[in-house]
Amino acid sequence: MSALDPLFTYLLRLGDDNLVLAQQLGALVSTMPELELDIAVANVCLDHLGQARYLLAYAAEVEGGGRDEDHLAMLRDERAFRNAVLFEQPNGDFAHTMARQFFVDAYQVPLYEGLATSADLRLATMAQKAAQESRYHLGSSSGWVVRLGDGTTQSRRRMQAAVNALWPFTADLFSADEVESVLVAEGIAVDPASLRPFFDDTVAAVLADATLVLPSDAYQRTGGRQGLHTELLGHLLPEMQSLYRAHRGVQW
Amino acid sequence: MEQSSTVPNGSARESHFAALLSAGEKIEPRDWMPVAYRRTMIRQIAQHAHSEVIGQQPEGNWITRAPSLARKAILVAKVQDEAGHGLYLYSACETLGISRDELNELLHQGRQKYSSIFNYPTLSWADVGAIGWLVDGAAITNQVTLTRTSYGPYARAMVRICKEESFHQRQGFEIMTTLAQGSEAQRAMAQDALDRWWWPSLAMLGPPDEQSTHTDQSLQWGIKLETNDEIRQRFVDQTVPQAHFLGLHVPDEALAWNEGRGHWDFGDIDWDAFWEVVRGNGPCNHERLAHKVQAWQDGAWVREAGLAYAAKQAHGAPRNSA
Amino acid sequence: MQHETASPATPAVGANPLWEVFVRAKRGLNHVHAGSVHAPDAATALRHARDVYTRRAEGVSIWLVASTAIVASDPDAQGDWFEDDKPYRHPTFYTVSDEVGHL
Repeated sequence: MSALDPLFTYLLRLGDDNLVLAQQLGALVSTMPELELDIAVANVCLDHLGQARYLLAYAAEVEGGGRDEDHLAMLRDERAFRNAVLFEQPNGDFAHTMARQFFVDAYQVPLYEGLATSADLRLATMAQKAAQESRYHLGSSSGWVVRLGDGTTQSRRRMQAAVNALWPFTADLFSADEVESVLVAEGIAVDPASLRPFFDDTVAAVLADATLVLPSDAYQRTGGRQGLHTELLGHLLPEMQSLYRAHRGVQW
Repeated sequence: MEQSSTVPNGSARESHFAALLSAGEKIEPRDWMPVAYRRTMIRQIAQHAHSEVIGQQPEGNWITRAPSLARKAILVAKVQDEAGHGLYLYSACETLGISRDELNELLHQGRQKYSSIFNYPTLSWADVGAIGWLVDGAAITNQVTLTRTSYGPYARAMVRICKEESFHQRQGFEIMTTLAQGSEAQRAMAQDALDRWWWPSLAMLGPPDEQSTHTDQSLQWGIKLETNDEIRQRFVDQTVPQAHFLGLHVPDEALAWNEGRGHWDFGDIDWDAFWEVVRGNGPCNHERLAHKVQAWQDGAWVREAGLAYAAKQAHGAPRNSA
Repeated sequence: MQHETASPATPAVGANPLWEVFVRAKRGLNHVHAGSVHAPDAATALRHARDVYTRRAEGVSIWLVASTAIVASDPDAQGDWFEDDKPYRHPTFYTVSDEVGHL
């Protein structure tokens, strides 16, 4: 870890978050409950994919080793991915998709708003746009958490189950090590711990509105930032990387 | 008492309708229209909408495996457009007095069709290129004329769709160009895709004029503006030089430039195979429809929840207790 | 004849209601009808309208109207309501000598 440039690692962490999520959202197109939602999920997918590409391309540039966004996306194995474990959790039903998105949005809104004033101008430029996208996403995802939570008996049961299933992966969003501390000191990164109040307040308010509760079990699964993932990522990556890896060194 | 000549009734309505058509005026949603016109319009717009919606699937099959992040983004945007186009068309169809849920039901029951072309599988990445180049190319040839169709909401939807579609064919051709100029394996992939998609793309423009049951009436009503064979010829004329540019072989031994006609002659389309697919026996008919029905059924509880929440908000009903 | 008159689709019980979408392309222009969306409530419909009808930066503002709330004139009353038989309301009715220039 310490051998790597902290900025490179930080960009990978944020880039992988978005790439892994976009990969999952892309699989949802044509499966949504209403045609309007097929279009909506594609929009969210494209926003995350755009963020991922910017961050990975920048990471490759910082690294200066001749790799590009596709090398980073397609040729790294599971252990080299740096996304937080929440992002690799499966789509599940619509309630799971929305719960995952809601937790992601409640984390990314303050993250990008913080990064918008980063001392790193490339990061700041990207974050200003990403913050707009995330605020819109949060409005949509929280709207669905409330509608499903306070909808029918069945939707409430499903939404609560989704919150319970995904909550244990949220602490990983706020994991930090020397990568962040070095960059925070330089005014480049946002301290993940500082994002927690916005996240907690948003979650509390929306769940209350949705008549839902957080699980009482405090267990949390972390490790994504060090490449210690849940087993799910090892299934998601081979699918994403198969074609690229089958034809090395060609243009697409 | 003077009868206003501008309130048509009975046969006066019919002649008013005919006069609008012959003046090149659009028919609008609340206008009087012959029952058969309405029925034909609903059938055609619905079939078009269903095609866009089912059309998400073959290309959607490659979203998770797109070979670069740039291609992934383009593909998601394109498949999203198909959903959008389906939506514009359902909107147009609903102005004729039928709801989207009813149209969905007709599709799910197999009582309304979608284009046969989407019942073929996408077996390699090159198929994504071939669909953009050939299938969208064929569709655009047809759709551009539909921007002048007689039913206003359909024509307006087509204007919007054609504007958005223009990137679809180009991205498909760009994929084909990259593959055709790429490695041995990529060129083989491109040729294989052309071999499999060429004939279905010609057939998707509809049965030959002498077999087409709807053509005459549809031309008269300004629903269609060109016959299937005219559109097909134009598509072949446009596409053959593009295939040559790519250095790919069009899988038709009868293909030859006809100096006298100023058009490409091409071989006979296997209409028996086409009708088999239309009848439901294509390679993917079952999967495509099953996927659509599954998504709709899986989403039922979400739609119910949305309505339940809306009703509670409207009536200030007591909320779920936490 | 009644059955031949178009009536707006009555949403089936249990179906998401229909909303008409109007988009302002840029400041200074009117909101123009773009199409419709289905959604259970206005807030959701507004997001759907944004996602569907402004994917290519086609708008800076959206209006939404429940389709059932639209009141429309009778299409059969075309002549009674919309005949323009007063040409003197239009500037082209008047002849002005070329020498006068722009008027």
